[in-house]
Amino acid sequence: MTDQTIIAVVAMAGAALTMALGAIGAAIGESRIGAAAMDALARQPDEASSITRTLFVSLAMVESTAIFCLVVALILLFANPFLSVMGN
Amino acid sequence: MNLRIFGDPVIFEIGPVPVTETMVTSTAVTIALVSAAVLLRHFVSRQPHHWLAIVAFMTVDSFDRLVEEIIGRRHAIVATLAGSLFLFIAACNIAGQLPGVHPATGSLATTSALAAVVFLSVPIAGIWTHGTWEYVKQYFRPNPLMMPLHVISELSRTLALAVRLFGNIMSGHLVVGLLVALAGFLVPTPIMALDLLIGLLQAYIFAILSTVYIGAAISAEEE
Repeated sequence: MTDQTIIAVVAMAGAALTMALGAIGAAIGESRIGAAAMDALARQPDEASSITRTLFVSLAMVESTAIFCLVVALILLFANPFLSVMGN
Repeated sequence: MNLRIFGDPVIFEIGPVPVTETMVTSTAVTIALVSAAVLLRHFVSRQPHHWLAIVAFMTVDSFDRLVEEIIGRRHAIVATLAGSLFLFIAACNIAGQLPGVHPATGSLATTSALAAVVFLSVPIAGIWTHGTWEYVKQYFRPNPLMMPLHVISELSRTLALAVRLFGNIMSGHLVVGLLVALAGFLVPTPIMALDLLIGLLQAYIFAILSTVYIGAAISAEEE
């Protein structure tokens, strides 16, 4: 195995691991947000508009951690700095 | 198929300056927004009972109320900034749904520029409201050891602002591209509908977060 191959294999494994672990974290966080919002809606149906707005904002903010992982995984796969340094 | 994630193809060059696709799209969106604003201004000043004038009033009022909910009082400058950010990002995201158009916000350069605007507005708003000395003193509160943490949090939230918008829009576009290549006609339609929602939501979040950051700098002393 050349250095190129080793770097490519490690990058692919790293990208897969990044995406898997990042998705787990975001999924747990989003499920907790959803459950808490249901709870709040059941207690105070009058505040539905305010709760829904906060729900969407916090969902998108938690989602962004998974998006960071996606960006890192895509950098590893398509814009890997170490592959281009080695020269291909 | 051609995967475009970090690249930005150069369309033509003016002298030494390369003009990329992102610059063309964002300029087109800006021109469209400015001409819409000029049109609405004409209706507001000449025929205030026309429905376009009412649309303009409602838009301005919704941004005013958004800022009022977050900062606690009406603030025309912050509302202008938040409204401009929201309208520009939302228009860019929706323009990205047109066939053949790559959304300007799907490029890291655009989102970094927008995040830099927010990053620079925070000290400007703080110094304007409290004066230089009072603003700088905020960094050494509750005790001087917190100063590096304050600086790091300002830098990291700017990075998060840029990467969040870029990642969401770019990944949405990428998924649609992959589905078109794999499955073909009509299959990516639900994902494109989700992209419309995500684009508007991300624009809203960008506006809300920038208002929160600027509002924290403005009202830190009043609490």
